[in-house]
Amino acid sequence: MISKDSVAHVAELSRLAFSDAELDQFTNQLDDILNMVDQLETVDTTGVPATTQSIHLQNVMREDVAVNDTKTEDLFKNVPTSKGTLIQVPAIIDKEED
Amino acid sequence: MDYFTTNIDALHDQLVAGTITSADLTKDTLAKIAEIDPEIDAFLNLNDQAQAQAEAVDAAGINKDQPLSGIPVAIKDNIVTKDLTTTAASKMLENFVPIYDATVVEKLNAAGAINVGKLNMDEFAMGSSTENSAFKTTKNAWDHTKVPGGSSGGSAAAVASGQVLAALGTDTGGSIRQPAAFNGIVGFKPTYGRVSRWGLIAFGSSLDAIGTLTRSVKDSARVLNVIAGHDEKDSTSADFDVPDFTEKIGQSIKGMKIALPEEYLGEGVDPQIVAAIQKAADQFRALGATVDTVSLPHTKYAVPAYYIIASSEASSNLQRFDGIRYGFRAKDVKNLTDVYVRSRSEGFGPEVKRRIMLGTFSLSAGFYDAYFKKAAQVRTLITEDFNKVFENYDLVMGPTTPTTAFGIGEKVTDPLTMYMNDILTIPVNLAGLPAASIPAGFVDNMPVGLQLIAKHFDESTIYQAADAFESQNDYLDLIPGGAR
Repeated sequence: MISKDSVAHVAELSRLAFSDAELDQFTNQLDDILNMVDQLETVDTTGVPATTQSIHLQNVMREDVAVNDTKTEDLFKNVPTSKGTLIQVPAIIDKEED
Repeated sequence: MDYFTTNIDALHDQLVAGTITSADLTKDTLAKIAEIDPEIDAFLNLNDQAQAQAEAVDAAGINKDQPLSGIPVAIKDNIVTKDLTTTAASKMLENFVPIYDATVVEKLNAAGAINVGKLNMDEFAMGSSTENSAFKTTKNAWDHTKVPGGSSGGSAAAVASGQVLAALGTDTGGSIRQPAAFNGIVGFKPTYGRVSRWGLIAFGSSLDAIGTLTRSVKDSARVLNVIAGHDEKDSTSADFDVPDFTEKIGQSIKGMKIALPEEYLGEGVDPQIVAAIQKAADQFRALGATVDTVSLPHTKYAVPAYYIIASSEASSNLQRFDGIRYGFRAKDVKNLTDVYVRSRSEGFGPEVKRRIMLGTFSLSAGFYDAYFKKAAQVRTLITEDFNKVFENYDLVMGPTTPTTAFGIGEKVTDPLTMYMNDILTIPVNLAGLPAASIPAGFVDNMPVGLQLIAKHFDESTIYQAADAFESQNDYLDLIPGGAR
């Protein structure tokens, strides 16, 4: 059984915040999912390599050629708030601390 | 224009002959969408440049060597389209306007296809019913109280309801094949790496594939011909020659060796679906193929292995959504961490959060070996099962889904039951194989999908067998709402 504290820790790592009720719900759901996943323990994988990509490609190398095909103004089209060519973000220093 | 009685080649002939224009076709298509889509809710956003683009294609002249020239298509909303809002059905990207086209979109444009709009999906392609969209609930074309499947539910419903002939979808664990099965159309997931993922909003990068949803088998091959190929911008795209995927269409399947895994007809699969697949096996035999029962013993471990691997990759891919450079940013935040946490917590829906949590857990210190590494090892065993069968067989066949489409609201509150719905499609993604779902009849008036799986990069054999099967049946003559 995964504990509510562990789920809260994972939420912190995930940069997600939950209400207490949501945390209870997520704990139950993750517990169900992890119980399902635990059947993998019954598979003997001694000496079996891990697959991380399926078509066995080798590293792909190419010349590093500079291209200039994206305009700065285009890159700023989706920035929530900006000043000139700078991305504006809220104050980094916590407003609640001195 | 009635998309139920035509196909890409027939329209192409008319466009080349000049009996219709792309502008007429596009106008008719947009009118059809305006008429039908309020019932289906497949589209998230229409391309207001479509008509102008069609006129430009007419003015330049229909390319007689390019079957998609002047033909309207639609695109799943996790594939970026320049100057056309692309949301991945997430509040996180509600106002996101891409500044470039995905490679597949560039290729469609170069072929003269007209993108009429963007299609609904489960948020970030996570789900099997399209109910996880932040914006709307798409309906099954055959029964509006049922789900269209997912995550490419908008793509499947738009094609099945006759709004477009072809749509692009994406398939990470069955997201093209399952909605195709639920809507009685052809869904094709190519080999991993066959189609560039450049411009696809990433979910599970070792699993994601862009593919097609169409009514007919040949139309699928026509679209795949355009979108396939190596791309320098996606180093996981395969640098292999791309055949003409229609090359084996029409050829006899006499002597073809087809495997039917016993695990695909086992517990949890509706007996009426089993019967439909056995009938399909008999039809293949009657066409001169052999169909033998085989075993893929690790099939039952595919769902747990997949949810660990896909969620781990998703948790990593979705780190980029932090509210700084683009996407949703929460208001009234206290500090920088607060920007990240609140933007993500308010911008992502529950299923996306669940997967980020599961993935982060699986990759976290102390759990990596027991979860992520174990799942990646089991993935190897699942792939080896397929490799052994493909030593002796050309294709693997089976059902696409254990049941036909379920009711809207029926499973959305129970993630685990929803996950089990993908048990027959997930193994293919883990092994990176090409696979299709094609119409194979009806159970209680809802469509059944037949899944065909081939060796890596052997899409053409799937098209050959799928076309032979399609020719033996009249499933395309049945349309939602009655016979055509």
